[in-house]
Amino acid sequence: MFFSTEGITKRFGGLAAVEDVSVSVEKGTITAIIGPNGAGKSTFFNLISGIHPLSSGKILFKDHDITKMPPQQIARLGIGRTFQTTNLFEQSTVLDNVLIGHRLRTKSGIWDAIFRTKREKEEEKRSYQKALEALEFVEMMHVVEHPVSLISQEEKKRLAFALALATDPEMVLLDEPAAGVNPDETDGLAYLMRKMADHGITVCLIEHKMPMIMSLADQIVVLNHGKKIAEGRPEEIRQNEAVIQAYLGGEAHAPVKQY
Amino acid sequence: MELLFQQIFNGLTIGSVYTLVALGLTLVFGILHVPNFAHGAFYMVGAYITLMMMVGFGFHYWIAIIASIAVVALLGVVTQQLIFKKLEGADGMRMMVAAIGILLFLEAFGQFMWGTEYYRMDTPYGSVVNLFGLTVTLQRLLIIVAAVILMLALHFFLTKTMIGAAIVAMAQNREGAFLVGINANQVAWLTFAIAGGLAAAAASLASPINLVFPTMGNLVIMKAFVIIIIGGMGSIPGAILGGYLLGLTESIGATYISSDYKDVIAFLLLVVILTAKPTGLFTKGVQ
Amino acid sequence: MLNVLSKRVLLIIVALAAVLFPLVFPNMYVLQLLTLVFIWSIAVYGYNIISGYVGYLSLAHAGFFAIGAYGLGLLTTKAGFSYWLSLLLAVLITSIAGALVGVIALRTKSHFFAIYTMCVGVIVYLLIDKWDSLTGGVRGLIGIPAPGNLGPITFDTLTSQYYLALFFLTFTIFLCYRIVHSLLGRTFIAIRNSEELAKTIGISIMKNQLLAFTLSALFAGLSGALYASFIRFIGPQISAITVTFEMLMYLLVGGIGTLAGPIVGTLIVISLTQSLQFLEEYRMLIFGPVVVLLVLYYPRGITGSINGYFQKKKQQRVKVANEEHDVKRKVGEAG
Repeated sequence: MFFSTEGITKRFGGLAAVEDVSVSVEKGTITAIIGPNGAGKSTFFNLISGIHPLSSGKILFKDHDITKMPPQQIARLGIGRTFQTTNLFEQSTVLDNVLIGHRLRTKSGIWDAIFRTKREKEEEKRSYQKALEALEFVEMMHVVEHPVSLISQEEKKRLAFALALATDPEMVLLDEPAAGVNPDETDGLAYLMRKMADHGITVCLIEHKMPMIMSLADQIVVLNHGKKIAEGRPEEIRQNEAVIQAYLGGEAHAPVKQY
Repeated sequence: MELLFQQIFNGLTIGSVYTLVALGLTLVFGILHVPNFAHGAFYMVGAYITLMMMVGFGFHYWIAIIASIAVVALLGVVTQQLIFKKLEGADGMRMMVAAIGILLFLEAFGQFMWGTEYYRMDTPYGSVVNLFGLTVTLQRLLIIVAAVILMLALHFFLTKTMIGAAIVAMAQNREGAFLVGINANQVAWLTFAIAGGLAAAAASLASPINLVFPTMGNLVIMKAFVIIIIGGMGSIPGAILGGYLLGLTESIGATYISSDYKDVIAFLLLVVILTAKPTGLFTKGVQ
Repeated sequence: MLNVLSKRVLLIIVALAAVLFPLVFPNMYVLQLLTLVFIWSIAVYGYNIISGYVGYLSLAHAGFFAIGAYGLGLLTTKAGFSYWLSLLLAVLITSIAGALVGVIALRTKSHFFAIYTMCVGVIVYLLIDKWDSLTGGVRGLIGIPAPGNLGPITFDTLTSQYYLALFFLTFTIFLCYRIVHSLLGRTFIAIRNSEELAKTIGISIMKNQLLAFTLSALFAGLSGALYASFIRFIGPQISAITVTFEMLMYLLVGGIGTLAGPIVGTLIVISLTQSLQFLEEYRMLIFGPVVVLLVLYYPRGITGSINGYFQKKKQQRVKVANEEHDVKRKVGEAG
């Protein structure tokens, strides 16, 4: 298996934010994590990317046990990620923001910086190339020199994708990638995610926009109160009693029905 | 043995002063989410106001203290309304730097107004009494008793009134239903008023056994930081426990280890604690 | 941003002015002042690395400055080492002290870090103040030698000391420039921007912060050592927390997290204080509120605000270009 979690649990104080969740993901697929607010989705991502240590359970990625790895090592192994609100450097240009994404594949240190060594120059060049490739992938070449403060909300979302892609990931975790953008733009972002998967990058996303997920995801995992209540293909999830129950019981609106 | 009791008594005296300062600091932490570096300057101003009232206007010690509490409480409110309120939501660094700016100003102001001389503050309670076989000055006894009374008053205010409960909730960084319907701005300025008042009271009580000078607040405030980290940021019992503990440690350490290095104790203690536990003692939950 | 050409011209003019100054205006008082400005600036550049670029407010900076100063003072007067060896060792000792403090202090975050470093600063102060037999306590350390001869070059005149300070400042600025414009510098800024994000793009926070903190201590130590051999006398007061606050103020006025900020701020604040002599003792009556006002309204200081102004202009240009682009596209679509 390309990626899997085995019964992972996270407790904050006495409360379990994520409880005994096992998920398997195959390479090059799109997996959506859904669930009502407070279901533990973001915590689940934080566990995978190593930001929070696990209370118990195991995480495997490409036959490596990454359970106890620090975030930077997990990133180096090939798991990229975006946040709900990406903290971009507003004063810098789009390109400068993405450039740092490739830092983990470079080795230049203080001496390279001071003497501007060949390695520094080469790695800088490589970082630029990588950043441009990533920006090209997300179709943002027309704004590379713009300061981030000037680009639109949707472009910021794309920029976040590009930053994750610049790390050369084999899998990306996208936390609500389409939150706060209009339906047209949502289609564009969905297309990008499909494009990533087609390029062999495994995609995991947290999302509330059901229509998009239903048409996009290969696999859906439903969390509620930190527990996995269902998983399967979109059409299976749509008919799942427990899921309908969770949404009807937990939230005022029932996104599954909308579809 | 008598020496030890004497030092315990002295430790309680110093501890009372530390506690009053640390209590204000810990409450204000809930509003700013960073430690208020200007708090030591409030302490200094409090001492000078009391001194000025006594020497300049010939007021009685107690009246001078009350006036000083009022002035410094007002000073607290003014800094909160004029500066910190505008920085709401700014990053911690800007808050801390703003507090440092206030500190620098107040210190220079103290120097400008009252010079750099060291003043002695006379007290009507200079006499010596015999307490369970210990000879102690009445002023020291007064510090201990007054501190306890102030803490009890604070306790009643914080537990018996709605706004008091809100202040406690803010200090402990508790959010949610509890704070609904509470005027956050009112909580903020009231907290600053209480903190300022406590600092002024502490300084006025301590001055007769120490001296009054422009930088008198520096060491006290830095020790108060140590106390609230030991006791847990925002924790009231923690501040009280930490304050007395530090007072006792210093007093006993000065006698039995080295009086030269007694001031180092607090800071070494903190370094050791943060080394072992980078998030401080008594931090609740994770993030 | 100023465009590259005018920026370079400006830089050359400033550098030329600094070099020619003693020849054109051989005023002892002004030279003395400028030398001090250069020396302090070096420390402020160090401060800028950890607090400006990485975003951690350190309050131990005067402590490191003092370690450098006392390091040089003790090595020359008590151990009898040569000046240049002492300078090297003093800087080395300060860097090691910085690394050791950093290893532990950097495990703490935000205000805990500020308080931790503050305590470190106070401990340094108290040690210098109380350890009479080594440091001379409150009496201070006297008779620190001026920089020793370097072959034919001697440093017994004020002018030569001026050039020495200028040399080290230029060296410092050059290093900072190289660091800021490298992958490493970008890494520092990424950490300041968001630690969480930096972690998930594979940046090792601790390693980079420790490097930045050690570098900041290194420059503080260099500055302290130069200060000791320029003033020839040092006392415990140089390690007081107020000195840290003073450096913070220079940084803030000049522009925190900018390359020109440290020298601009130090120059302006020190010369302002000196020219308003009556202010000397009460200068904080003015600078205290200045710090507060800067934090409230100009958090990026003088240099940062100027940069911001040029950036805004550029943004407007981009905006206009964008709109034109949009219009063209719409016209194209319509057609």
